[in-house]
Amino acid sequence: MISLAGRDILHSWGKFVFTGVGLGLLIGVTFTMAGVYRGMVDDGKVLLDNSGADMWVVQRNTLGPYAESSSINDDIYRMILAIPGVDRVANVTYLTMQVQRGNADVRAMVVGIASADPSAPGRPPFLVAGRQITRSHYEAVADVAAGFALGDTIIVRRSRYSVVGLTRRTVSSGGDPMVFIPLKDAQEAQFLKDNDAIVRQRRRTGENPEFNRPGVPGLLDAVIASQNSNPYVNAVLVRIKPGYDHERIANDIARWKRLTVYTRSEMEEILIGKLIATSSKQISMFLVILAIVSAAIVAFIIYTLTMDKIREIAVLKLIGTRNRTIASMILQQAIVLGLIGFVVGKITATFAAPLFPKFVLLVTADTVTGLVAVIVICALASVVAIRMALKVDPAEAIGG
Amino acid sequence: MKMPLLQRRTLTLLGVGIVTAALFAYVVLRSGPLAPVSVVTTIVEARSISPALFGIGTVEARFSYKIGPIIAGRIGTIHVDVGDEVKVDQILAEIDPVDLDARIAALDATIGRAEASVKAAEAQVEDALARRGFAQAQAKRFEELWKTRAVSEVAVETRRQDSQVADAALTAARSNLLVAQQELQRNRADRDGLIKQQENLVLRAPVDGVISARKAESGTTMVAGQAVIEMIDPANLWINARFDQIAATGLRRDLPASIALRSRAGTAVPGEIARVEVLADAVTEESLAKVKFATLPQPSPPIGELAEVTVMLPGLPVSAVIPNAAIRNVGGELGVWKIEGGNIRFTTVELGASDLDGLVQVTAGLEVGDEVVVYSASRLVDASRIRIVADPGELLK
Repeated sequence: MISLAGRDILHSWGKFVFTGVGLGLLIGVTFTMAGVYRGMVDDGKVLLDNSGADMWVVQRNTLGPYAESSSINDDIYRMILAIPGVDRVANVTYLTMQVQRGNADVRAMVVGIASADPSAPGRPPFLVAGRQITRSHYEAVADVAAGFALGDTIIVRRSRYSVVGLTRRTVSSGGDPMVFIPLKDAQEAQFLKDNDAIVRQRRRTGENPEFNRPGVPGLLDAVIASQNSNPYVNAVLVRIKPGYDHERIANDIARWKRLTVYTRSEMEEILIGKLIATSSKQISMFLVILAIVSAAIVAFIIYTLTMDKIREIAVLKLIGTRNRTIASMILQQAIVLGLIGFVVGKITATFAAPLFPKFVLLVTADTVTGLVAVIVICALASVVAIRMALKVDPAEAIGG
Repeated sequence: MKMPLLQRRTLTLLGVGIVTAALFAYVVLRSGPLAPVSVVTTIVEARSISPALFGIGTVEARFSYKIGPIIAGRIGTIHVDVGDEVKVDQILAEIDPVDLDARIAALDATIGRAEASVKAAEAQVEDALARRGFAQAQAKRFEELWKTRAVSEVAVETRRQDSQVADAALTAARSNLLVAQQELQRNRADRDGLIKQQENLVLRAPVDGVISARKAESGTTMVAGQAVIEMIDPANLWINARFDQIAATGLRRDLPASIALRSRAGTAVPGEIARVEVLADAVTEESLAKVKFATLPQPSPPIGELAEVTVMLPGLPVSAVIPNAAIRNVGGELGVWKIEGGNIRFTTVELGASDLDGLVQVTAGLEVGDEVVVYSASRLVDASRIRIVADPGELLK
């Protein structure tokens, strides 16, 4: 039996393919937008994954260290290490700032990690080049997205760090690439403002008669020395031994050490439910609108395509073609159009994704949902066209 | 004529279809969960590594001298400035003596008076001696005369009493002399004391060296013990270096070190550990050591300059070695992704010493010649399919 749909497509294949490609670009944009949303959520999750922690100990009553600033003493980790069930702990600092790359600067999240212990949480989980930090000062591992190459010099505050390793997909919840540096340097970077500010601070302290008493030599020096140290970190990452109850250990720390503790699920809730909530809702709203617009355009295209050949359909009816044949022709065409759109959309989305400045994550489940949605929308859209085609008067083939 | 046209059209359509299908297949297979992860592998090597310790510190003077008055006083003049080279015993500063000179002059006068008193007392003693001699002679003569009853008894008694009075007067005069002499001695001691104080008001260099700080100016009142001048011996500079305790295994005296001064970035000078401090810093969790230069760089670095110290430890025997980038932490276990027949398997390892270039000894879990993943384009899991690439640059794309 001859395929009416196939014959018709072959008849005006150029128009058909171009319509399909145009539709595909639209679907591609929808996929990309879904990818942008998934990417945002994934940025948050990957931040937690990369830290390698089971729980986060932060300043009391703060949502730190990612969603709020938190600052705790850097020797608190010793108390936490003594709690039964705790496997590893590590101090960590996070500081989002502009770091210098050559003459330009790049926005990055500077992470201070305990450098020497390979099993400590917080280290970059894998590298794509170079090596992990081995010195306790002035070395850095940077995310490739920050644009550094091995051997480059990163300037953070007044210190210079040489890039010894590169990693990938280590980003803050906002998508900024991470730069890992040794903890002590990071504490300093977080605290040191700039040399001018330090000099001014010293002068200010020197002019304060409380600190600069004539009869007490050495007091001023002691006060200035105490002003220039930073015994604080943002959080303590905790890893629990297998078989221990996370909730219970978290409660123990919170209750007896008077600190706030977040488990992995709570932290995910904070990051995705609070930190990126509005921006992700914004994107998902846009995604919904885009999906509706795409559906409307698909319906419109199929309707127009059918209207274009209304005369031919009238001729078909005139020569006695059955309604079912005509309906299946339109339906088949609509679905083929949808499939072309889907394939083109998937291809364009995949190739366009790496071009975006922030991470775009194309999830297979989204693709499958997209395929089903495209077919359903095409089928629904063809219903309107089929109704029009079936209502047409065969006489129109001769008249008009 | 009609058939070729149809054929051409069909062929074109078929071509477009095949290209699209190929692209789609590529997209599905090369992205998403089905895509293989590009990895760079390495072979576990047998080699010797030389671990090294890395620390930072500041340039410090081995000996620094804080010179100040031992009593409170106002600074009179300061003779030296920062950077001056001084010799031992050179006068650095003088404290204003205030009333010290006047007190010495007063004491001089007191001493003069005391000397006169001594002389007067001596004269009194002589006078008393003379009086006693006469009285004793008189008494003796009257005793003789009494034997012949030429004088009355009363007269004899009187002369005897006179002699006793003269004895007592002599004793009194001698005591007076002693008092006057002691008074003189006391005043002289007082004066010596003031002269010593006067000498202490002059601050002198204890050794040959360079002035490193001038902490006060003329007219400033200093409390006892407060430093006016600080000086160092520039020939004895060393680095007070701090090593993170977690990576300070094997730190000991006499190990060779290389010192990179911040002002001379990129060039390191040789040195060695002069001393490992008995006390470590408990707060910062660092071990402290002093590192001395083999030869002091010229011009000598400023005190307080930051320096990076790398301490070379002796080479270790040959053993299995992997780059530290290969070490992964999966579920709290340290291990590596080992290549077995084109697939990956996580193998836990035990690690030994490591060096600063990122090489780590493997003491258990791997054999020399095993192939392990060093770099991967994304996080690996057990089910990951891998694609081994030869060019590490491919992972950066």
